[in-house]
Amino acid sequence: MKQGFFTITENYAMTSSVYRMELEGDTSAITNCGQFVDLRLPEKYLRRPISVCDYAENKLTLIYKVVGSGTEIMAGLPVGTKLDVLTGLGNGYDTSLSGSRPVLVGGGVGVPPMYNLCKKLVAQGKQPQVVLGFNTAEEIFLADEFRALGVEVHIATADGSVGTKGFVTDVIKNLDYTYFYSCGPMPMFKAMEQVMTTSGQYSFEERMGCGFGACMGCTIHVKSGYARVCKDGPVFFREEVFG
Amino acid sequence: MNTKVYLCGIEIDNPVIPASGTFGFGKEFAELYDINCLGTFSFKGTTLDPRFGNPTPRIAEFTGGMLNAVGLQNPGVDHVIAHELPEMKEFFHKPVMANVSGFSIEQYVKTCEKLDKEEQVGWLEVNISCPNVHGGGMSFGTDPGCAREVTEAVKAVTTKPVIVKLSPNVTDIVAIAKACEAGGADAVSLINTVLGMRIDLNRKKPIIANKTGGMSGPALLPLAVRMVYQVYENVSIPIVGMGGVSCAEDVIELMLAGATAVEVGAANLVDPFACKRIVEELPTVMKKYHIENLKDIIGGAH
Repeated sequence: MKQGFFTITENYAMTSSVYRMELEGDTSAITNCGQFVDLRLPEKYLRRPISVCDYAENKLTLIYKVVGSGTEIMAGLPVGTKLDVLTGLGNGYDTSLSGSRPVLVGGGVGVPPMYNLCKKLVAQGKQPQVVLGFNTAEEIFLADEFRALGVEVHIATADGSVGTKGFVTDVIKNLDYTYFYSCGPMPMFKAMEQVMTTSGQYSFEERMGCGFGACMGCTIHVKSGYARVCKDGPVFFREEVFG
Repeated sequence: MNTKVYLCGIEIDNPVIPASGTFGFGKEFAELYDINCLGTFSFKGTTLDPRFGNPTPRIAEFTGGMLNAVGLQNPGVDHVIAHELPEMKEFFHKPVMANVSGFSIEQYVKTCEKLDKEEQVGWLEVNISCPNVHGGGMSFGTDPGCAREVTEAVKAVTTKPVIVKLSPNVTDIVAIAKACEAGGADAVSLINTVLGMRIDLNRKKPIIANKTGGMSGPALLPLAVRMVYQVYENVSIPIVGMGGVSCAEDVIELMLAGATAVEVGAANLVDPFACKRIVEELPTVMKKYHIENLKDIIGGAH
């Protein structure tokens, strides 16, 4: 983990409620896909944990959904704003277990961390396939960026306006895969638990206090006892949590 | 410039002490900086048996601070002694403050008795003020008779200094502090968090699953200063002050009100380097206010 200042270079709406923020700063503490950063915002006491969508040397991409007063402030920050950011938080995904053809399942605002994971898997010579779930056509984001990585992209929308009508599980049922990676809301994980046929990893979301393991604000039950989503996670093996 | 103070007969390099529940067992912070720069730290509230704590969400915020209802999640005293303390020895080489909670006098006694035997433990901080657990914690800290009874029972089985941690959620904190002193407490620490609630306007329900949570953060400083000031006028044992401290000036203010040492809580959660920064700022701020020897200012505002 590292504390540093980042400068916003871009911050714009991708859909009516999902924004893309590009920042410049020291990303050397980010060591794995699936990690997150913790932003200090004007007028807010607690930091805001946001998953890393993509990163490179001195460049950080965050995609976030406006869900409350904190993300509303984020959406209004002009280019040039300097933010105090904790980087390199959380464990991230273990890509060594993926096999040759893993499936990446992102639901709603759980889609962004799948992007960096997908890039890494492609770089490792694997053929990931991506399943993205949204409520409706207007909410779709990042699908073209995934296609640009040369991977197969399947979309499920609850209202059937694009792709398969239904949920991500309606798509996954018909796919062959060697392993799975997922990020999304808990009801999606529960539905996936009914259909997934391989081992896999889930990234959890929880309201956090600190983001680095000190306050015990984001604890979940795991089979061996309890775990902090921010420090022991956010990524957990399927077998650690369910079944 | 001298920042050393004596806390119940033990000299500490400076009065800056991360507060229990905001610093774990030190490990997460030792990865970031050498925590031996601290006076000491108060480790995560420990109970006789392991506890998961409350359901999530456990955290909310407000202008000027945050609320938590963690509910004393901890691995239990035996695990702390077998694992956390030996691990801590690797990165922290000063006496540590052991924070203890319980749901009955017997539990306080047994937990304190075990920790009292540990060489690394310098002080026992007995928390009779946790607002986030039901049927224990704070109920001992809101009645002077109970407060005295817990203090006496713990003192009877321990040899190390006992610091009783008090709740601000009372009509008269002075009465509780005096009861602890009468029960043999070596010091009191105050204030624990203030009971509060936030409601989510979308769901139209309390944000925190436990409904209520303990408020902490900068907004609490004036309340802490007032209570430390009042307690100082009425007891002769040392006071460990806390509540909303986030900079060296706040440390000095609480010491002027009567604190011998100062705990820092919520600030650690938003700035993981908060305590290191406060320790480093102290000499500069002392110079600014013409303070040569920090221990000379304790209670100076009276």
